[in-house]
Amino acid sequence: MKLPRWFHLLGSPPHVYRLAERLSPWLGGLGCALLAVGTVWGLGIAPTDYQQGESYRIIYIHPQTAYVGMMAYVVMAVAAAVGYVWRVKLAHAAAVSAAPIGAWFTFCALCTGALWGRPTWGTYWQWGDPRIMFEALLLFLFLGYLALRGAFDDRDKADRVTAILAVVGVVNIPIIHYSVEWWNSLHQTSTILREGGPAMTTDMLIPFLIMVAGFTLTFYWLLLRRLQAEILEREGSARWIRELVAEGAR
Amino acid sequence: MSEYFQMGGHGAYVWSAYGITLAVLIINVWLVRVKRRSALLRAQELATQAEVPRKQPTVRRLQ
Repeated sequence: MKLPRWFHLLGSPPHVYRLAERLSPWLGGLGCALLAVGTVWGLGIAPTDYQQGESYRIIYIHPQTAYVGMMAYVVMAVAAAVGYVWRVKLAHAAAVSAAPIGAWFTFCALCTGALWGRPTWGTYWQWGDPRIMFEALLLFLFLGYLALRGAFDDRDKADRVTAILAVVGVVNIPIIHYSVEWWNSLHQTSTILREGGPAMTTDMLIPFLIMVAGFTLTFYWLLLRRLQAEILEREGSARWIRELVAEGAR
Repeated sequence: MSEYFQMGGHGAYVWSAYGITLAVLIINVWLVRVKRRSALLRAQELATQAEVPRKQPTVRRLQ
């Protein structure tokens, strides 16, 4: 099988660096614009929920940040696997770049979840609740991955060892998703990804999806910017970086 | 107006959730910027140094 040229170029650091340079402003600009529109819509225009009242408005940030955290983990695991199997250095750089962003988003999902739980369930935190526990595990997988990296002086060795952790930990992702169906959890079941379509009226669904798109684009913006820095650190004094610096990159 | 900010008594939860999310986004943008800037500075440092000749592979006799 012959793979197209653009696919091979995805393994080339200078190519990916320049691609990221071109894409980042669009991702960042569009992502932030969508987040602004979605926030105003979700907080000010969308109707009040008949059951949860106004506290439901956390639905425009909590599921999205949780989903981005999980997506970040999948991106990290896939990149780490590609790096491990085919020894693509750039893939390892992408995996390392996704980890801290994913950790922050997962932290954010846990915080917003707690703040939603208090008015809805009467508690911020419930030890033993499957959804909460596996989401907390996701945060610890990210932190464990980063801590394990820190334990190695040799970057190549760190790449390979942490790749195994990243790939093994990916089983947690479907567990998080199905935890509300497999066990009795305080957490409500899926509102959007359920049989019979989204259980939400259109005037709530539109800002919800705008926020999903906004957080997703913002994640990829942060990922590309982080990847650029990671490439610069890894490639060191490569000739193309000398040229880049000479051109006055900032 | 103040009725709006109270969010039917749940204002504290809703606003702090949005506040934390905004803070996390700002922290992430800031962290990336710091990392990028230091990587570029390091690259500049390396670029100003004389180009180091590539290390020749050492030949070792097989035992």
